Amino acid sequence: MSVRLKIISAIEQIAAEQKVTLPPLEDNLSLHETGFDSLAFAILVARLEDDLGIDPFTISEDASFPLTIGDFIRAYENVPA
Amino acid sequence: MFPRETSALRDYLDPGLTGRTLSDARHSASLTDIAGQTCLKGRLAELSGRSVLVATSNQFFAALVMLEVDGIAQRMLLCPPDLKADHLQAIIEDAEIDAVVTDQPDRFAAAGLALVVIASGDLAAAPRTQTERATEWLMLTSGTLGMPKIVGHTLEGLTGAIAADAPAKGNRPIWATFYDIRRYGGLQIFLRAVIGGGSLVLSEPGEPLADHVARLNKMGITHISGTPSHWRKLLMSGAASAFSPKYVRLSGEIADQAVLDGLHQAFPSASIGHAYASTEAGVGFAVNDGLEGFPASIVGTRDGVEMKVVDGCLHIRSRRAAHAYVGHRASALTDDEGFVDTGDMVELRGDRYHFVGRRGGIINIGGLKVHPEEIEAVINRHAEVRMSRVKARKSPITGAIVVADVVLTEATDASRGDEIKSRIIADCKASLAPHKVPAMIKFVDKLDITAAGKLARSDA
Repeated sequence: MSVRLKIISAIEQIAAEQKVTLPPLEDNLSLHETGFDSLAFAILVARLEDDLGIDPFTISEDASFPLTIGDFIRAYENVPA
Repeated sequence: MFPRETSALRDYLDPGLTGRTLSDARHSASLTDIAGQTCLKGRLAELSGRSVLVATSNQFFAALVMLEVDGIAQRMLLCPPDLKADHLQAIIEDAEIDAVVTDQPDRFAAAGLALVVIASGDLAAAPRTQTERATEWLMLTSGTLGMPKIVGHTLEGLTGAIAADAPAKGNRPIWATFYDIRRYGGLQIFLRAVIGGGSLVLSEPGEPLADHVARLNKMGITHISGTPSHWRKLLMSGAASAFSPKYVRLSGEIADQAVLDGLHQAFPSASIGHAYASTEAGVGFAVNDGLEGFPASIVGTRDGVEMKVVDGCLHIRSRRAAHAYVGHRASALTDDEGFVDTGDMVELRGDRYHFVGRRGGIINIGGLKVHPEEIEAVINRHAEVRMSRVKARKSPITGAIVVADVVLTEATDASRGDEIKSRIIADCKASLAPHKVPAMIKFVDKLDITAAGKLARSDA
């Protein structure tokens, strides 16, 4: 499974657990519009770290948090695993 | 039953009570005969009035030494098995130790102590000794980080709870404990056995649980104590089915409903009680109704123990409490009114207080406070769960999130993992605030238990 698919699948699973109804996950969807709160994002980042072995938001020096789904996925794709 | 004036342990060794024993896996002694024996090759008089470190390689020797030295030495400091070597010298200085009783004299060759007395399990006949004084009993706290604190007790204070509910003569318990008797919880059981006219079967580090239980059975133990972690380990091992104690006691950690119910199921004919005690505050109370927490009605004064709840934290004033921390830099053990701040947080639900965790163990999730223990209590009530540990995991987003390591019961089919995880999460969601719901659950084979018998939380 590609990094992108893994991320989408993790988002969908957390949405189901948190009873959040997701809009279609397009690249330009802002993270705010996903309906996730900061706890849901914290869970997502922790699970992806276990799954992919990376946490791009902790290791990056200029850890600016992404604004859209596309930015979020690219943050993972751009880190050498 | 208490002898008047100053009494020492030896004064409770009634030679008329026959058949009493003290044993571990390798040694056994008669508690009936021990008052007329020495484990120090007759050198007890040299310890008169001294501040004595009791540093033996095993609990059996330590028990013999306590029985012989109490009432003779000025002070007696019980050295637990896991004391770090680099703390030893500081403790010797802080407690103004000037003699050591040990079976490992090489360990103290460089300590600069005036007197080293060798203890052994070879008991020799000796004249019965007269008690000279009330020896001060010093114990170490089990603080996992940094220097342990030295806590000063008297025998009278240590045995306060035992005098209050001493068993009738003729009903002579055979005690066992998973604790080490050089720590407060274990020492209570040693003292109960000695004062209550019973016997004691000691634990043995490294002994497989099944062998330990076989030994307990062989000795016919009737009363047994340990931490909830000790008990969960026993329930997990499957060895519980092999024995049937009459009295099961839990202390040292929060006894949640799951472990109480688990023990009730495993030992249907036993009475099961959980006690609240700490090295500093002494024995607070015991709860015997099979329910977690304690009735709010016992807050106040009862049996000489005063309890109050201040900012959600239990404070205790009691003659069973320690009288001081000992040492050059020792802080005050009580507040101005004589109350010990236990650091144990409680929450009133209906007419019962429930322990929710340690004040120092709070984890911070994006500014919201969480006690790991309250989440563990919810996880542990699932039939498939034997024990769990909740801890913080760093998060770049909220600072931390809550994660849980869970040990399933031996009977649970591991392939049901995903289903069990979902049910635990759903239950946590229904019972707890959102930030307390574990973000992740990991199944593990076992959880580490500290030398003091508590769930290891140091890496949290």
